[in-house]
Amino acid sequence: MTTYIIRRLLLVPLLLFGVSVLIFGMLQFLEPIERAALYTRDVPKNDNMITGVIKKYCLDCPMYQQYWNWMAGRKDPISGERRGGIIFGDFGWSKTTSQPVIQLIQRRFPNTLDLTLWAVIPVIIPGIWLGVQAAVHHNGWIDQAARIFSIVGTSVPIFVFGLVALMFFYANLQWFPPGRLSDVYTQVVTSSQFHHYTSLLTIDALLNGRFDVFLDALRHMVLPILTLSYISWATFVRVTRGSMLETLRQEYVVTARAKGLPEREVVYGHARPNAMLPVVTLAGFQVVGLLAGVIITETVFDYPGIGSAAAQASAQLDVITVLGFAMFNGLILIVANLVVDVLYAVVDPRVRLS
Amino acid sequence: MTVQTPSADNELLGQAVATRKIGRLERFLGPDNYRVMQGLLKTPASIAGTILISFFVLIAIAAPVLAPPLNPNDPYKIPRDGFKAQPREMGSEWRVRPPEVPFWWKAVTGKDEWVHIFGTAQGQFDIYYGIIWGTRTAFKTGLIVVITTVLLGIIIGSVSAYYGGWVDMVLMRIVDILFVLPSLMATLILAAVLTPVIGRSLAPAMIALIAFGWLGYARIIRGDILSVKERDYVMASRVIGVKDSRILFRHILPNAIFPTLVLASLDIGTVTISFAALSFLGIGTEVGYADWGQVLAFARNWITSLNTYWYIIVWPAVTLVLFVMSWNLVGDALRDVLDPRLRGKI
Repeated sequence: MTTYIIRRLLLVPLLLFGVSVLIFGMLQFLEPIERAALYTRDVPKNDNMITGVIKKYCLDCPMYQQYWNWMAGRKDPISGERRGGIIFGDFGWSKTTSQPVIQLIQRRFPNTLDLTLWAVIPVIIPGIWLGVQAAVHHNGWIDQAARIFSIVGTSVPIFVFGLVALMFFYANLQWFPPGRLSDVYTQVVTSSQFHHYTSLLTIDALLNGRFDVFLDALRHMVLPILTLSYISWATFVRVTRGSMLETLRQEYVVTARAKGLPEREVVYGHARPNAMLPVVTLAGFQVVGLLAGVIITETVFDYPGIGSAAAQASAQLDVITVLGFAMFNGLILIVANLVVDVLYAVVDPRVRLS
Repeated sequence: MTVQTPSADNELLGQAVATRKIGRLERFLGPDNYRVMQGLLKTPASIAGTILISFFVLIAIAAPVLAPPLNPNDPYKIPRDGFKAQPREMGSEWRVRPPEVPFWWKAVTGKDEWVHIFGTAQGQFDIYYGIIWGTRTAFKTGLIVVITTVLLGIIIGSVSAYYGGWVDMVLMRIVDILFVLPSLMATLILAAVLTPVIGRSLAPAMIALIAFGWLGYARIIRGDILSVKERDYVMASRVIGVKDSRILFRHILPNAIFPTLVLASLDIGTVTISFAALSFLGIGTEVGYADWGQVLAFARNWITSLNTYWYIIVWPAVTLVLFVMSWNLVGDALRDVLDPRLRGKI
């Protein structure tokens, strides 16, 4: 077990290095002069200013030196001290939102985390339930229904589902509006009486004793959660069904039946726990994926998380911001995948032995 | 009891081995292709999928007849009827610079004037034109992206499996690293970085989809080759002294590749979704390019009044969903046919 975790930990710096090189490499598609434009806020008045910026930020230096500057910060020519640098949390300046990228991430990430926490159960549980039912009643009507659902489900793009959901539940019924909070409650939240203990809005609302704010925040999250759920149900149904069918054919299931156990006990006591192993991994990755900012869902519902921020920045070609988000995402994903892998090894002894 | 001896016409063999009549069509297509064709026509779902795909192919081919472009040199530009923001309802008349009226319009409806069949979206872009010419965009992007990614995947995967050692190690670590970022995030970034370099066109989004699309195929092909490598017939050819490269290209690859190729062609549906998602987010083509994702993106500013302007999302959405679903239906049927574990049971 320990060796497995150590082996897995050793991979983390390698992955981090790889992702940072990848993201830095993408930046190199741009000419030095175009990259200079990413650092200047105003239109430069003459050529000297542009060359000045290129010199100052060392944009025509050799690649490895630029990479080093980007990671560890660049040396100020006058005072000699290092400034910025990804590893010190400086992801650059977001031109389109006029703030440091790290600040934008700090503002947006709690919202994404809030959404993720609420979405975990609806995203995972119904799909698994349906998958198990489909396998138990193999080729029965519930299996056919699950199959049709998963084909139709994977054919409807998230943004189409989101738009249609908005058409019914917002434009027609006025039940679930897009956004984060209604205007009235936004004022409550920004007022000085409202304390931000955790920066997760729903939890803060409860801690402040404002149930109305809590309910309003939830109301805004219903449609995003529904959208996120339906798209992963299709996947969960397919994986759970396949794994469950495979397990039900195993000899120990036959043995269990032969010794006269009730079918319920055979399916839920013997087969299901073993069939859950691939599903657990999938669940882990799905939740990690949610955490990384669900770009389209957040954009469709105008939800102020990191996904929608990344989408806005890339639509406006704000490259520095986009790369900052990518780097942050890479970091989250690598760490979260590590956690999932280790948890998986805890659940399934076969993994750590291989 | 009489002892049967094998006779010249192999009667015994005929009794021991079940024989199946091989029709002319099967002989012509070859066993693999014949199985694929059977799969396409097996269930109601797969038949529906095949018909839908053929229907979309017809639309794509007949696009200039169905929706004659305003400027034949630039047919993908959706014609606009003025510049007003507010969408206009279905069947409303063209006011500003109507394109040529197609010849079948009068025959079908008996009217002389060309109308907005599906209404106009924000900025008076004609939705019908967007849908018809968008079909061509969908096929074009889907085919190019899928073919390129599969080729890349096959080349990299087989190189990795064939050479093994540090080449395999390096290539697979690169795949691991590229897999870290979620695919939409990765394609979004690359497309955003490429757009200033290449300019607004289909290219940035397509390149980005290709750049992060081959990973899965490379892994699958590599795995397939590694497992086929252990088969008896490979061992047999090794024993009689066939060269490694010949074994790879003549024995292993054809056996490992065929299922992947067919299944990959069905990924056109998935690629179409990703591409539409990118253009929905505003990445890629210029405003007004005939492309379903963009037509849908026009609806984003009218969310509060979608009960009035429902047609600005319903028609493009139905088209997109049907297109993707047709590939998924066919894919679902073919996956059963081509799954090696199910082979021979159909």
